[in-house]
Amino acid sequence: MKSTHSMTWWDRFRDHDITYSFCHSPVTMLAAIVTLLMVLAAFGAPLLTSYTPFEPGSLSLMDAFLPPAWEPEGVSQHLLGTDGQGRDILAAIMYGTQVSLTVGMLSVLLSVAIGIPLGIIAGYFGGWVDTAIMRFADIQLTIPPILIALMIDGITRTSLSSEVHEVIAIPVLIVSIGLASWPQYARITRSGAMVERRKDYIAAAKLIQTPTALVLLRHIFPNVVGPTLIVATIGVAVAIIIEATLSFLGVGVPPTTPSLGTLIRIGNNFLFSGEWWITFFPALTLVVLVLSVNLIGDWLRDTFNPKLR
Amino acid sequence: MINFISKRLIQSLIVMLVVALISFFLFNFVGDPVSNMVGQETTIKDMNALRERLGLNDPFLVQFGRFLGDALHGDFGISYRLQRPVEELIAERMPATLELVFVSAVFAVVLGISGGLFTGLKRNHWFSKFILTSSLVGVSLPTFIIGILLIYIFAVKLNWLPSFGRGDVVKLAGGWSTGLLTLSGWKAIILPAITLALYQMTLILRIIRSEMLEVMRTDFIKFARARGLKSRDINYGHALKNTLIPVITVTGLQVGSLIAFSIITETVFQWPGMGSLFIQAVQFADVPVMSAYLVLVAFFFVLINLIVDLLYFVVDPRLRAEIKG
Amino acid sequence: MAILEISNLCIEFPTRRGVLSAVEHLSLSIEAGEILGIVGESGAGKSLTGNAIVGLLEPPGHVTGGVILLNGQDITHLSDAEMRKVRGAQIGVIFQDPLTSLDPLYTIGQQLVQTIQTHMDLSRADAKRRAIDLLVEVGIPAPERRFDAYPHEFSGGMRQRVVIALALCCDPCLIIADEPTTALDVSVQAQIIALLKRLAREKGVATMLVTHDMGVIAEAADRVAVIYSGRLAEIGEVRSVIDTPKHPYTKGLMDSIPQIGQNLELLPNIPGAMPRLDSRPDGCAFNPRCEKAKAVCREKMSGLFTAGEKKQMAACWVYAGGDEYA
Repeated sequence: MKSTHSMTWWDRFRDHDITYSFCHSPVTMLAAIVTLLMVLAAFGAPLLTSYTPFEPGSLSLMDAFLPPAWEPEGVSQHLLGTDGQGRDILAAIMYGTQVSLTVGMLSVLLSVAIGIPLGIIAGYFGGWVDTAIMRFADIQLTIPPILIALMIDGITRTSLSSEVHEVIAIPVLIVSIGLASWPQYARITRSGAMVERRKDYIAAAKLIQTPTALVLLRHIFPNVVGPTLIVATIGVAVAIIIEATLSFLGVGVPPTTPSLGTLIRIGNNFLFSGEWWITFFPALTLVVLVLSVNLIGDWLRDTFNPKLR
Repeated sequence: MINFISKRLIQSLIVMLVVALISFFLFNFVGDPVSNMVGQETTIKDMNALRERLGLNDPFLVQFGRFLGDALHGDFGISYRLQRPVEELIAERMPATLELVFVSAVFAVVLGISGGLFTGLKRNHWFSKFILTSSLVGVSLPTFIIGILLIYIFAVKLNWLPSFGRGDVVKLAGGWSTGLLTLSGWKAIILPAITLALYQMTLILRIIRSEMLEVMRTDFIKFARARGLKSRDINYGHALKNTLIPVITVTGLQVGSLIAFSIITETVFQWPGMGSLFIQAVQFADVPVMSAYLVLVAFFFVLINLIVDLLYFVVDPRLRAEIKG
Repeated sequence: MAILEISNLCIEFPTRRGVLSAVEHLSLSIEAGEILGIVGESGAGKSLTGNAIVGLLEPPGHVTGGVILLNGQDITHLSDAEMRKVRGAQIGVIFQDPLTSLDPLYTIGQQLVQTIQTHMDLSRADAKRRAIDLLVEVGIPAPERRFDAYPHEFSGGMRQRVVIALALCCDPCLIIADEPTTALDVSVQAQIIALLKRLAREKGVATMLVTHDMGVIAEAADRVAVIYSGRLAEIGEVRSVIDTPKHPYTKGLMDSIPQIGQNLELLPNIPGAMPRLDSRPDGCAFNPRCEKAKAVCREKMSGLFTAGEKKQMAACWVYAGGDEYA
């Protein structure tokens, strides 16, 4: 066996348990490729398609309700067909995925940004600080995020005029989902911080009078952030589902910048009259996207932290 | 024991009070209820009259006191949109939601626990792998897509089951209308109940599985094996019983979530329950309905948490000792 | 006839980097009433040996060679169902941590009665009577009252007594005690050791005492087997192994134990560390750390040679002149 010293970083990378596990999990590899392609297609949409489905002037009602290209009446310009207003479904999906991914990732970023600091503070200091933060988190955790997001959305909808609401709908959505899901990150981070704070290196850091803020940032944070980020991967999938659900219920993003959920809601009206493709392809995209992210998250969790399983 | 229960009850009461306060703020300070209710052509005079009638001109404390008193009597005001007392609307729709939630809960708990046990105990069995893979697909399918799919297959294509509504309902004493006594009612509840249950079932299944795997690694299971106990005794007597605490927690939470998730299912299946009432309230900024729904859902959550706490008490001797001592 | 006789036991773990052989050609035996100490560093394979005897190796680990005889009966490859009847009935097992060895949700009485009734055809009342006798036997005061107590109501030492009572439920002829005192306070340790010794003397139980603590071995064992990197390094009577260790590893081990009244600047230690199972050197596994290593030590594994009196034997080429064992 080669000793570790004579190996290049590439050898080490290939030899690493994680790489090994990844290369021996075809499902995970496939999920990673699919996710990557979807992200590229979503954010590269302006380059990849010439259609601009959500600029009102660019649509032609002549092209409305075209089925996918392989159906008898389909045309090759619209691979996945068009909707009731002549929008190209494929282009709509690409832009819709962009909205879904943006909302999903930014809202998780917000939950993590709230959850990790609160979790570290609760776990490190303990006592009444801990009790206060975690009791609040526990209460919030019993209420499903989707209900909280609905409430926040409902409140902003009530207090703002509909024009203003339309403009800030997406930020509001991100904040609602983000505020609704922080407790789980706080919980994981807290349990990590509680373990770390008892370790000798923290005692050593305190002994040389490292400022508390620095102890938290330099020592506790790097050691507790891992499991949180793994859960955050699955959190992205959950956030995308919440966003899609809210949009499906008609309280999420407005139809002018539709997400996948909005597209499914619009298409759902045509499902029973035979135009199945309007709702089918966005729904399929949503499911494949969420499934891929979930598969990656599941694999990460199993590989890095067998105990979380 | 009595000490423990009363402590829990006080905690629950505090939670309810906080929710009531939030709900009151929502009711009172969010938007202008009057302008939300009336058409464009209403005069200012009419609007003021309406304001007076709804009690929106009284001082803050008077309003909160009245709100609390009214809420205790089950009075949540008048719906802006439907111009009817909120408690009437909710009473009409509560049976539909609770029956849907009950049927789904039974479905989710029974299948979730048995599936979780199977996959936890026979982790390398092909059927376990099948269940696990499909459970991952299960958590990746948003509820509304499952609903649409089921409608498309069983209502549109096969025409076996209705795609919306509750079927025929029977009025019971106390104004409760049930769909569980008619054939069409049962037919109507199947699809929405499955839709609602699937996600929660998957979560229950996964948590039981992972708890079983965790417990199977503990020293006392190893020691039980080393004493030559029968696997049946080890699996169900020792392992399962030790997973009960987290399982009760999660199951309780999930049953609570069913009430909230019924919003989606009710929308997809046009189920005449509280969820669809609520979603319309959000869309039309019908604040009294929103706040009443919030209080009611919080009440159910608190109730479920209380039951969960009592179950802990039954299961875990350490907890019993802590409370005694 | 020995109660337990192991010969040439091999345990392997297949991994993706190749097969790890965790225990190699281990042979030892225990007589009735005898306590055999098995000592070695963590990872040396001592606990694995204990688990292999009762058929509780964690997969993918498995026995790949050798024979385990219990009262002359081959139990090496019994089926799960047959092995289950041996465990608890003929072999009692005691684990390291009494705090986690008992199911927290059942009273100790329930756990005792369940174990007794699994292996013996006794009525509930008889099983309960037997359970209380066992509690008396292991020295638990007021056993009738403690019968209905939960594990969390006992102290660590008392719990370990309960664990021992559970291991004794059906009068086993062999007890495998895996680090039975490691998690306990020193004073409690002494009590548990005394209890194990009494059981061996009075009931003629053969005991395999697995530990990394030479002090416990010196106190409790009749004979001791020293294991290094999955192989038997030295075996013999406790006093002779402690007083006149023969294998260079055992010598190093004994030198590194501080003596009372001895004033040392530095405690001697053995340079280096036990090799990982996947990078064991050719020949004797100890050769990179051994001052006396010769060419042959780097090429060929040594057999067990008689070294010293009273059947003391060491797996070291230094003693190649003596009689080679098996």
